Amino acid sequence: MRTFRLDEYRIEDEPYYQPTGDEIELFEAAYRNQLPLLLKGPTGCGKTRFMEYMAWWLKRPLITVSCHDDLTASDLVGRYLIKGGETSWIDGPLTQAVKAGGICYLDEIVEARKDTMVVIHPLADDRRVLPIEKLGTLIEADPEFAIAISYNPGYQSVLKDLKQSTRQRFVALEFNYPGAALEGEIVMRESGLDRELAGRLVKFAGMTRNLKGSGLEEGASTRLLVHAAKLMVAGVNPVSACQGAIAQALTDDPEMLASVNELSSSLF
Amino acid sequence: MKPGVPLSLPAVRQQLDELLEVEYSFRDTAQPAAAIAALPAERQARLISWIRRIASTHVELGYQVACRGVAAQALMAPDDFEAWIFHSMDRYDAEGLRPALRVIEQYRQFAGQQQARSRGALLQEHEGVLSHFLRGLSGRPLKLSAADTIHTDSETLFLPPLLAGLPTPGQNFQLYKVTCALLWAQIRFGSFRPLLSLNAPDPGLLALYHAMELLRLKACLRRALPGLHRQLEQICQALGEAALPAEWTGLLARLETPETQATDVLVLARQQLGRLTPYPSTGQPIILDLEAVRTCMQVRIEKERARFKVALNSLLEELPGNVREKRPSRFTKQREEDPSVPEGFRVEILLDDMPAPLPDEVQALQRSILLDLGEIPDDYLQPAGPGDYDSALLRDPTRDADDVWRGSYHEEGAHLYDEWDFQRRHYRKNWCAVREREITPLYDDFAARTLAKHHGLVKHLRKTFEAMRHENRLLKRQPEGDGVDIDALVEALADAHLGFEMTERLLTRMQRNERNIAVVFMVDMSGSTKGWINDAERESLLLLCEALQSLGDRYAIYGFSGMTRKRCELFHIKHFEEPYSELIRGRISAIEPQDYTRMGFAIRHLSRVLQQTEAKTRLLITLSDGKPDDYDGYRGQYGIEDTRRALIEARRGGIHPYCITIDEQARDYLPHLYGPAAYSVVDDVRALPLKVSDIYRRLTR
Repeated sequence: MRTFRLDEYRIEDEPYYQPTGDEIELFEAAYRNQLPLLLKGPTGCGKTRFMEYMAWWLKRPLITVSCHDDLTASDLVGRYLIKGGETSWIDGPLTQAVKAGGICYLDEIVEARKDTMVVIHPLADDRRVLPIEKLGTLIEADPEFAIAISYNPGYQSVLKDLKQSTRQRFVALEFNYPGAALEGEIVMRESGLDRELAGRLVKFAGMTRNLKGSGLEEGASTRLLVHAAKLMVAGVNPVSACQGAIAQALTDDPEMLASVNELSSSLF
Repeated sequence: MKPGVPLSLPAVRQQLDELLEVEYSFRDTAQPAAAIAALPAERQARLISWIRRIASTHVELGYQVACRGVAAQALMAPDDFEAWIFHSMDRYDAEGLRPALRVIEQYRQFAGQQQARSRGALLQEHEGVLSHFLRGLSGRPLKLSAADTIHTDSETLFLPPLLAGLPTPGQNFQLYKVTCALLWAQIRFGSFRPLLSLNAPDPGLLALYHAMELLRLKACLRRALPGLHRQLEQICQALGEAALPAEWTGLLARLETPETQATDVLVLARQQLGRLTPYPSTGQPIILDLEAVRTCMQVRIEKERARFKVALNSLLEELPGNVREKRPSRFTKQREEDPSVPEGFRVEILLDDMPAPLPDEVQALQRSILLDLGEIPDDYLQPAGPGDYDSALLRDPTRDADDVWRGSYHEEGAHLYDEWDFQRRHYRKNWCAVREREITPLYDDFAARTLAKHHGLVKHLRKTFEAMRHENRLLKRQPEGDGVDIDALVEALADAHLGFEMTERLLTRMQRNERNIAVVFMVDMSGSTKGWINDAERESLLLLCEALQSLGDRYAIYGFSGMTRKRCELFHIKHFEEPYSELIRGRISAIEPQDYTRMGFAIRHLSRVLQQTEAKTRLLITLSDGKPDDYDGYRGQYGIEDTRRALIEARRGGIHPYCITIDEQARDYLPHLYGPAAYSVVDDVRALPLKVSDIYRRLTR
């Protein structure tokens, strides 16, 4: 067991990432030009893995913050703590990344409270500064600092849309599920499943994606396929693996579950 | 009646005479009464209660049940007996007296079917699962429909309403599934393609082709869906399907190779015609209805060709001008080998040798064309303007709600809702045809006039509503938080100096108090609101909108009115997503009294609308001027009980209903409908505008 400070942790081994287009070149060019990045795409299609890969490639610390609806600006910037009658300031993850020249990745940014957006705005344009209101200071970002946010346009909620003033600051990279052949490769590589079964899993994913919009909010993601594949490699029978790792993860609706299970039992 | 003691013959006869209105008819109750009087007390009471329930629908039905009930009761378990009565009532609702009487007469047959039902699977029950299943299999949506024979016209799969050929419901469901898959395979693996160009084909040839095709399709299924194929074989075994006749086995190898396509099968069928005969299948066979397929496909091919060409054209038009001017752009196609699809290749549409950015719906179109024709013909790649085609080809016909009474249809395009019949103690199925209709906005001086008239009130409402906006509150003395609570800290340090224990509650935290409310206002637009009630309603709505503007709650407004069950109308004044605007003010101004007050359907439909919005609290507020009332028997207790039922359904769905009424008699029936605390009676119509906003404020505080 090793413990790292957030801003000192480097990814040492090359993460497995299979590019689907020119996203690596684009990211690198944006990074060299100090442009912030917006990763768009459905859940589980490899956005986070891509960030890990880029952090490894650029040899920068990666600080990931998964945003939730109680995440406040203080959670990002920092806050006072009181210890034995004295106050002390603790930097938040964003401040740490700004100081250390790391890559700060805000996952599912639309989930966060609206005041957090305001904090990242000055970092996301050519000012590249982080004002810390509580300290009355302004931190200039390290030249190596980069900010990336991710966003799933599939959520159809009006409440969870990215404002234009935010989105127009970012260079956007669109992610989608890889093509069938590539997705098969990824499943094989990540889980060690054989080609035949990996191919069928990918086909199954395609079937669930057909159902998107007519009962399912999302089709099965590549991540779910890898989960199912790992269970299969561990000896679970394929139908049960699909049921547990994919069908149940996609929906709670009993009728839909029955349909998805019928689809998987048709394939295996 | 004492428990345990059956009624005497005269008592039974008297009851029947009353229930069946013998005085006014020639019905003779002597025989049925004698049979019923001979029953033990419990069965007797149950049967009479059923007769009462069905007689409320139609007296003749009640009489027939009285005549046949004793025999039917002896034949069927109580559940089946109940199903028999309800089936008859449903037929009465849907088709009238004669079919309903037939159900009563054929009780023996019903009892037999009921037994089959207990081991069989019903299409109606599994339709949802099956259609999702089919949707998953292929991109093109396929409909399911009940029919006597099993076939498909390439858009709809026709299946029997009940399958009971196998011993358990589970197996019968599997039978449905594999049958669906075989029908799907006919479409997916191009069974119909070679038949399109045949001129008056010999029926013998068709039958032979169809039998051979099924063998090829089974092999296709084995490759594409091995699990399903296993189930198919198990089902065949359970059905006791005979082995393939010896003369067919020789062909099997040819039919089963992956390279064999439908055209090859047709050639083979021609060769074998006269030599081979189609073998009989054990279960219900899948048949080939070539005429249905042809008609359906021809219409679709024509339609999709037009749509595809128009879509390509609009793609060209979206190109930036400078690109268009340089040289005419050209669509081409490129085949890519892909062994994973049945055709063995994919087609990519190129625009000037670059992959064309086809929108999703055009890609779906392309897939559908590929399914029908097996390729994208060259002439499809010539873009065409929308003017080149009949507009009916390009758009799906939509029905105008106003056509309902001009034409003969009444259910098409409508949402159907059940209605509660308190006498039956059961729902009338799909009873109300509900449509959402638009209101043509009326831009007059109503809004300006009202706002001027209630100038002071508007100001007051805005202020009070603004005060309800829970802004974020700073909570002090918290154990965890974002900032330091200096007051608490100073106190704590003083405490520490004095030797007391220091508290941990030294921080401040922002608490957000978001109002997360969605509310639907359901406004009575019945004829009785004519005059000042209507004015008061409109003024109330306007003021409410003004007030809600400052509050930020999500709200929708619908007017409701009905004229018999076939014309239940909801007038859309404001959807949840629409911002409050001149348009909304115009629609409010245009609210006019319509017909009657049928309420159940409005509550049911708007509950559904509410369910579809995300909110912590869902409110359904009704503005009304009187009891539920409609032309076709929806008055008195019937209307009240249906409304009550609809409200119970709404509450079960997590909706809080509330009613604001100006009916002074409302205290007699509203507690029964809404509960003692969920309504307000406004005595003075003129006070309505103030009251509505005020009540809303109190409700959501």
